[in-house]
Amino acid sequence: MTYLTHAAKLTAISAAIAMGGAAVQAETPELVIYTYDSFVSDWGPGPAVEAAFEETCDCDLIFVGAGDGAALLARLKLEGARSDADVVLGLDTSLIATAKNTGLFAPSGVSASFDLPITWRDDVFVPYDWGYFAFVHNADLAAPSNFRDLADSDLKIIIQDPRSSTPGLGLLMWIKDAYGDDAPAIWQGLSDNVVTVTKGWSEAYGLFLEGEADMVLSYTTSPAYHLIAEEDETKAAALFDEGHYMQIEVAGTLAASDQPDLAERFLTFMISDAFQSIIPTTNWMYPAVLPEAGLPEGFSSLVTPDKALLIPPQDVPALRDAALQEWLTALSR
Amino acid sequence: MQGGAPVLTLDRVTIEQGDFRLEADLTVASGRKVAVIGPSGAGKSTLLGAICGFVPLASGRILWDGGDITRTAPGRRPMAMLFQDNNLFPHLSVAQNVGLGLRPDLRLSPADRDRIALALDRVGLAQYAGTKPGKLSGGQQSRAALARVSVQARPLIVLDEPFAALGPALRRDMLELVRDLTAEQGASLLMVTHTPDDVRLIADDVIFVDGGRAHAPQPAADLLDNPPPALRAYLG
Amino acid sequence: MADRAVAIIAPRAWPGGLAAAAVAALILSALAAVVWRADASRGLGAGDWSAIRFTVVQATWSAVLSVGLAVPVARALARRRFAGRALLVTLLGAPFILPVIAAVLGLLAVFGRAGWVNLGLDALGAPPVSIYGLHGVVLAHVFFNLPLATRLLLQAWQSIPVERFRLAAQLDLGPRMVFRTLEWPLLMQAVPGALALVFVICLTSFAVALTLGGGPRATTIELAIYQAFRFDFDLGRAAVLSVVQLVLAGGVAVLALWFIPPISFGTGLDRPLTRWDARGGGQRGLDAVWILLATVFLLLPLVAVLGAGLAGLNDVPASVWRAAAASIGVALSSVAVMGVLALPMAALIAPRRRGGIEAVGLLGLSASPLMIGTGWFILINPVANPAALALPVTALVNALMALPFVLRILVPRLRDTLLQYGRLGAALDMRGWALWRWVLLPRLRPQLGFAAGLTGALSMGDLGVIALFADPERATLPLQMYRLMGAYRMEAAAGAALILLVLALGVFWVFDAGGRAGADT
Repeated sequence: MTYLTHAAKLTAISAAIAMGGAAVQAETPELVIYTYDSFVSDWGPGPAVEAAFEETCDCDLIFVGAGDGAALLARLKLEGARSDADVVLGLDTSLIATAKNTGLFAPSGVSASFDLPITWRDDVFVPYDWGYFAFVHNADLAAPSNFRDLADSDLKIIIQDPRSSTPGLGLLMWIKDAYGDDAPAIWQGLSDNVVTVTKGWSEAYGLFLEGEADMVLSYTTSPAYHLIAEEDETKAAALFDEGHYMQIEVAGTLAASDQPDLAERFLTFMISDAFQSIIPTTNWMYPAVLPEAGLPEGFSSLVTPDKALLIPPQDVPALRDAALQEWLTALSR
Repeated sequence: MQGGAPVLTLDRVTIEQGDFRLEADLTVASGRKVAVIGPSGAGKSTLLGAICGFVPLASGRILWDGGDITRTAPGRRPMAMLFQDNNLFPHLSVAQNVGLGLRPDLRLSPADRDRIALALDRVGLAQYAGTKPGKLSGGQQSRAALARVSVQARPLIVLDEPFAALGPALRRDMLELVRDLTAEQGASLLMVTHTPDDVRLIADDVIFVDGGRAHAPQPAADLLDNPPPALRAYLG
Repeated sequence: MADRAVAIIAPRAWPGGLAAAAVAALILSALAAVVWRADASRGLGAGDWSAIRFTVVQATWSAVLSVGLAVPVARALARRRFAGRALLVTLLGAPFILPVIAAVLGLLAVFGRAGWVNLGLDALGAPPVSIYGLHGVVLAHVFFNLPLATRLLLQAWQSIPVERFRLAAQLDLGPRMVFRTLEWPLLMQAVPGALALVFVICLTSFAVALTLGGGPRATTIELAIYQAFRFDFDLGRAAVLSVVQLVLAGGVAVLALWFIPPISFGTGLDRPLTRWDARGGGQRGLDAVWILLATVFLLLPLVAVLGAGLAGLNDVPASVWRAAAASIGVALSSVAVMGVLALPMAALIAPRRRGGIEAVGLLGLSASPLMIGTGWFILINPVANPAALALPVTALVNALMALPFVLRILVPRLRDTLLQYGRLGAALDMRGWALWRWVLLPRLRPQLGFAAGLTGALSMGDLGVIALFADPERATLPLQMYRLMGAYRMEAAAGAALILLVLALGVFWVFDAGGRAGADT
């Protein structure tokens, strides 16, 4: 089953929940948030988010960086209910089902009118940003307009390994969603285009910038970084007519949290302007709720896919293993 | 047997190393200077090694002044030994090498330092105190090692051919130094040698090692003048 | 029969036994913890078996080529004296301590699709060559490990006392005879250990193998472990794969160490090394070619790292310098931990004819870092905050990883020292600290300097702390570099890589030169 949806907005539901509900304690309460590493780095949203939330919460916000999204989940599983974490921020749609199966997360009452290309319905996880996977290339390249064209071309691409990287897993789901049973044939066709497969996004993007490939699997928002931070207009994302697979990044509160009210307040803060306006130029993704001021300048020049693809999170685990096997078979030839 | 009371006793000692086997049942008297001679491979070094605690015994006991030292660690035995080579640590100065004879941890007192300086002076190496052994001649290295033996002041000095590489004149010098040393300290001496001249120069007694056996010490002059057949064959 | 009188006098064995037991316990407890937490496992699948096959194949090729090429290079460096030789020997150590991704980018700048080699081929009208595939993996591993193998062999070469070369010169032995009488026995001593070491290093390769292997064909055991932990959260399978890795490494190590003949060249009087052999023009030319080839192969990618780094140096944010300070702290702590573990272990191993215990040292290197991290996390998390232990855990993990190198460096020299001077030390009743202070440590000084430099540098360059133990406040330099890359800041990351390279080489040089001061290398 596939969501082929354009942005569909829900009626605004006011988020008048729990604000100021936490009793002021003698000690400043601590809110511990597990997130992926690049979120807390000096160049990520972490520092600004921490400052903005602490201004209003009368609390100490502690970010703990734990690798990437998958590592985050692995750590939670290891810690179980003993975890110090109150909030986990940085799981994506591919991981949601596995995360829910742990039974460690508590339902959330936070909701908003999300500016997502799909309808968001989830009683546990709240999205904070999203993006489309896309192949990024130099602007002067005549880019293909779908996977079949790409497979037929001589273009060289670098992708990430789905076993170690979320974009890699995203591409797996993208092709599965767009082509279903034809996915193995698409991968077969792509196998001579794939220069190499990397452990994570950083390695792949680094190799691409070194000129090792014509295109690299990244996001439609990647060119915005080059445009805004480096005033470099030479990067572009290829628009594919099958549609583009989405990555929606979410946060949730843990059932065992000792600060449930504060955690809930953070999720509410997360979809407010103060948080959402930090996201575009630090995480280089689309904010889940458009800030009042709109998107930064460079974002308007980005390509917008006609179709947003997303396999419903609950269907991912069942598809994942089979899709991985197809991928391994095709690329191991 | 002449001289004082027996100080070193090898009581039915046997040494086994693979096919090699050596027996010794003998005593060395206090203050005697004993040469150990015998064909190459007979086990002279092995015998000295066993006495000093470097070679384990298959059976028997080693006694010093009546006390059993069979299991005593080499450094705790009443003897100072010089090997065929590697008698000095190349990374330590001459003075430090000598100082090890006084304090194995080199925590030297001013009195210790005086003794070291005196010992070096006596072997003519006063100006080389701070020098590393690699910069010394062979004769000077031997003198440095002897200086250490002198500060060790042990009642038994054991020499496993440390001067073999020196020329005849130098070797004679060294032996004279050794003789003075033993005389001054009243120490006994056990030394391996191949040269009858050395034996005549310094030794009171001779232990002849041959055919898997270390024979009891016999007066050197008698033995050299009237050698048994095996010794005659060795001396040629 | 001087030989028969030689008994090896050794320092006390129990501290070494304790250190070896601690190392084994640290690794095995992690494994046990993972097994303990494991639920039902899928077991090994066909993919895992092909990962094991590929891992063994690439590690074997990498080890054989790294050590095989190191022989002529080390031989040439041992025979020649030229201006800048000491600097070259230090610089040759650089690839080994570079963070993987920086080294890979450096290699690609030379051998990649748009690299210098292909630009050259293109200018000549020749078809391009692709680095991706098994040969690329092996090339990268040779790039990383050739310098290490060269240094190990060079050190062995330098353990031949000048007196032996004097004898060879006196007998007018030609290069072939010098090789047979002096160098071949030496290689028999040094090569098996070096082979085992490089094999084990390559066994746990993951990012390099995947990236340069060109895709999932190049799946290694370590990637399968990663997949089991992260993708499937199948702790049972992760544990089984970890055991496979440990058994492979341990088997190869025991085999190789068993081959090393227990012979010694004896020691000389520490005279400056002069060589009289190989003065012919052909030999000179051959040596020059080997040194030149190795230099070009190893330094070109470094030049690329340097170029990119200089360009990005201006973009480096202040936090990188803080991270650099943290990394230096980690490096120095690792050196200290290494000393505490390695010296007693070396003293335990050296007096024994066969080096089976040295295999324990290889455990730390052959264990999957992810497995160790996860296992310790399971053990520590209930009683303490893992982030609070980030520094000690990093120092310990780095020291464990460096342990096999350090043992390989220390043990032969210690063995010689005990053979030559153990008796004298015992005769002088030197024991315990006095023996270490006045005999063993001074004799081991060049080796200790090299070992400490290697440990420090490795520790600087290692991403080390498994994410589970990461302390958000005190990122190390490699981690900061990755974060810069993750935030699109590739130029700044290149600048950080250069800083890392310079610092790691600096740490290496300070220790190594400090150890060699006074000794001729």
